[in-house]
Amino acid sequence: MNLTLHVWRQKGPQDKGKLVTYPAPNVDSDMSFLEMLDEINDELIRKGEDPIAFDHDCREGICGMCSQVVNGRPHGHQERTTVCQLHMRQFNDGDEIFVEPWRAKAFPIQKDLIVDRSSMDVIMQAGGYVSCHTGGVPDGNTFPIPKKVADYAMDAAECIGCGACIAACPNSSAMLFTSAKVAQLAALPQGKPEARKRVQAMTKALLDEGFGNCTNHYECEAACPKGISVKFIAKLNREYLKSMIPSSTAEPV
Amino acid sequence: MNLFTSTVGRKILMAVTGLLLIGFITVHLLGNLSIFWGADAINAYAKHLHDLGLLVWVFRLVMLCLFAIHITFGVQLYLENRAANSEDYAIQKTLVTTFSAKTMVFTGLIILAFLLYHLLHFTVQVTNPAISATNLPLVDGHLDVFSMVVLSFQKVFIAVIYIVALIALFLHLSHGLQSWVQTLGWSTGPSQDKVTAVGKILAIVYGLAYIAIPLFILARIVK
Ligand code: HEM
Ligand code: SF4
Ligand code: FES
Repeated sequence: MNLTLHVWRQKGPQDKGKLVTYPAPNVDSDMSFLEMLDEINDELIRKGEDPIAFDHDCREGICGMCSQVVNGRPHGHQERTTVCQLHMRQFNDGDEIFVEPWRAKAFPIQKDLIVDRSSMDVIMQAGGYVSCHTGGVPDGNTFPIPKKVADYAMDAAECIGCGACIAACPNSSAMLFTSAKVAQLAALPQGKPEARKRVQAMTKALLDEGFGNCTNHYECEAACPKGISVKFIAKLNREYLKSMIPSSTAEPV
Repeated sequence: MNLFTSTVGRKILMAVTGLLLIGFITVHLLGNLSIFWGADAINAYAKHLHDLGLLVWVFRLVMLCLFAIHITFGVQLYLENRAANSEDYAIQKTLVTTFSAKTMVFTGLIILAFLLYHLLHFTVQVTNPAISATNLPLVDGHLDVFSMVVLSFQKVFIAVIYIVALIALFLHLSHGLQSWVQTLGWSTGPSQDKVTAVGKILAIVYGLAYIAIPLFILARIVK
């Protein structure tokens, strides 16, 4: 395949950055998108130029590190696929491909296609956990959890924390990501004691980190490589309402 | 965080005030449609409202609060979201969002501007004094609201202002009439698709019913 790439190049956080055009002749359709970029980089290094910097780790769609907007869509146009699992056979000979970093104020660009996603870690640290005593592994079925509930929590737990939802959101809101964590933990018995505190703390961190507010565009769900549903945002909204009802037994928020 | 500062809390306040405003436009529409039953019907309806006395002022105060809350948070969220957004992508693609969802704050502000004009026109009656009910001859001892409305909408300029504003209302409702279900946490995923369909149909019903009034008068079908 013979392709033309337009890749966002930016030397560092302060640099203005611009799209640079690279011809990509002889692309094998069995390559993954990142392998295709590896080849371009090989060529750049050979010529003594700075290779394109991009994030990646597992290259099998589970770690959430890869983060590229391909032709205006986070992770590219193939549904439920991370960009590392996107293959060149999804493109046509002669295509022009635009490759850009996640764009949001809360994701400062570090270099080229690499953005700093620590703001998502701050949301996690605010409440994406359960507090429990560690020790021996508890016996199986100590907590009876109905299959439906376990499945629901698993669906939410599929989130790999990549940030595509934020990159796609017209408001740069992190609501889908946050709601996946809130919903997963609120559904399970281990997460219930801290449910009120969690939803309050995580939604506060979301605003404090400079993400926008959700206004129900649902672009996040369409972009998510793991198919996380916006029903979890409705669940988060319910959890928030519940946390506002005074209770004498629940943990203070 | 409390309702007035939290990201979810403010959305919930917008949804609740938005719903109450929908309650208002429903009653207002049903009342206004009486114009199709002739002059006596709408004049009697108008007299009914005037006779409520003090209650009218209580109602106006409540409406003012609803609008104030809805607009304050609507504009605030819009500004915060714009600030959170970085520069555009070279190819800007949206997949599922709608024109009406993207223009909520603008259609909202058009509604606000229209509301002010509407009050000056039909309530304070200063924009077209010659054809205001206070200056038209009384019929059976009470104000001739019917003639004021008909004479107004026979003017193309006034009818167009109303029709444009009502199109903005229709767009606002076609997102708003379904969005609140998600905001209040009542959607369960697949159910939201049905809610969205019902919301859009309702928005069309409201839009057509409201626009029919200036349109039918402009076309001299009602006179
Ligand atoms: C008759 C008047 C109005 C009605 C019936 C109405 C109704 C609604 C409803 C039901 C929503 C959905 C809330 C949700 O998503 O949960 C909404 C959203 C919104 N309204 Fe209004 N509204 C009216 C006037 C206005 C005005 C005057 C403004 C002025 C700025 C405005 C600005 C907005 C904005 C920006 C949103 C989107 C908020 C968001 O999704 O976060 N609205 N409206
Ligand atoms: S919700 Fe989806 S898009 Fe958002 S961070 Fe999780 S996996 Fe990525
Ligand atoms: S590199 Fe791990 S998900 Fe793409």
